Amino acid sequence: MDVAVIDAGGANFGSVCHALQRLGARPRIVRDAEGLAGAARVLLPGVGAAGEGMRRLQAQGLVAPLRALRVPLLGICLGMQLLFEASEEGAVDGLGLLPGRVRRLAGGPGLRVPHMGWNTLDPVSASPLLDGIAAGAAAYFVHGYAAEVTEDCVAACSHGERFAALVQRGKVAGAQFHPERSAAVGARLLDNFLQWNPT
Amino acid sequence: MLSRRIIPCLDVRDGRVVKGVRFRDHVDMGGIEDLALRYRDAGADELVFYDIGASPEGRSVDRDWVDRVARVLDIPFCVAGGIRSVEEARAVLRAGADKISINTPALERPELISELADAFGVQCVVVGIDSLREADGQWRVRTHTGRPDAMRAPGRRTLDWVAEAQRLGAGEIVLNCMGSDGVRGGYDIAQLKAVRALCAVPLVASGGAGTMAHFAEAFIDADVDAALAASVFHSGAIAIPELKQTLRGQGIKVRL
Repeated sequence: MDVAVIDAGGANFGSVCHALQRLGARPRIVRDAEGLAGAARVLLPGVGAAGEGMRRLQAQGLVAPLRALRVPLLGICLGMQLLFEASEEGAVDGLGLLPGRVRRLAGGPGLRVPHMGWNTLDPVSASPLLDGIAAGAAAYFVHGYAAEVTEDCVAACSHGERFAALVQRGKVAGAQFHPERSAAVGARLLDNFLQWNPT
Repeated sequence: MLSRRIIPCLDVRDGRVVKGVRFRDHVDMGGIEDLALRYRDAGADELVFYDIGASPEGRSVDRDWVDRVARVLDIPFCVAGGIRSVEEARAVLRAGADKISINTPALERPELISELADAFGVQCVVVGIDSLREADGQWRVRTHTGRPDAMRAPGRRTLDWVAEAQRLGAGEIVLNCMGSDGVRGGYDIAQLKAVRALCAVPLVASGGAGTMAHFAEAFIDADVDAALAASVFHSGAIAIPELKQTLRGQGIKVRL
């Protein structure tokens, strides 16, 4: 399967490509709108800050094409946060593909921010993206901001507060954790995304 | 709830994993991808690869093996050794590492921490600290610890450095307590507790693991986020699945 992986400036797109290759997909790195042509799936990975991430997408001419995309899209980590309307980080507008806002994790005693490490997925609604992923399965997270739990949330996670770990609305999906670094659970999510045929 | 992490540390030389005896006489332990996957299968939460040749030889990390590991491994990994600039860090991260760890170069030029945090985000930037208790009872850092004959004591207090490293943008601190390192007598709980008290970012204990109880102490008494060890895992003295079951039995949250 031809999968477009957007290079939004983060360091993790190489790892995402390797993970897709392990599943038999053919990832290619995309840096402009033309690159999206013919892709059966689009991945938007990202590590870094929301403001910088949106500026890069704008500079690459990718904002409008991503908003108009007709094939399934998966945002990962910062890439998921950019799917929402707005982020507190840098006070930027996101792609607006999902209603809701991204907020800084509050942290607190014993709650380190960034939230870094393996934490459990708590399914909140049925989704083909969760096929074969048991309640309580662990995934690898590294982030300081998170999206609130909205009606598009299919799995939540807790770090002092509850936040969206996996979201889905129409053909748009997002994972706050890193499937490319979440061992068998992550591979299953990516495979589910590759098999996914939302209407 | 967030799990406590178990992190095996692998020394790499010439693209192979080696085991050193008192910094010398390195024994080949196998291919780096094979060992990485073996630890992944055993339940390691993360791996640290330390390029032991890079710093002493005055070169940066060999990107070739980082790339090979990134192709096969599906858990996070950190690369340490010989990273002195944003450009060197970028090459290692682009090759597929999730984090880079800096030690001596950060003490020589603390701004490096900020430069890396600005370029890649704090989550990529691990500051490793080699620390030793001195005669006056203070813990102070050591640099150039890759070779005993090259080691230096710049005189900086460990606790001051922990505070400064965080202020500059360290996303995680690995505290290697040299007094307990290699002795298998347990982590240095007193020192870890002192650092924990002023460490708001994730803290990784290093140096001294010998038994499963030592891991439990570090998590329960010093409240560290992760525990790193090398020899007890490489020798087979402690098996990770058994370790995690034992920790869970004591109410410590781990990923099984």
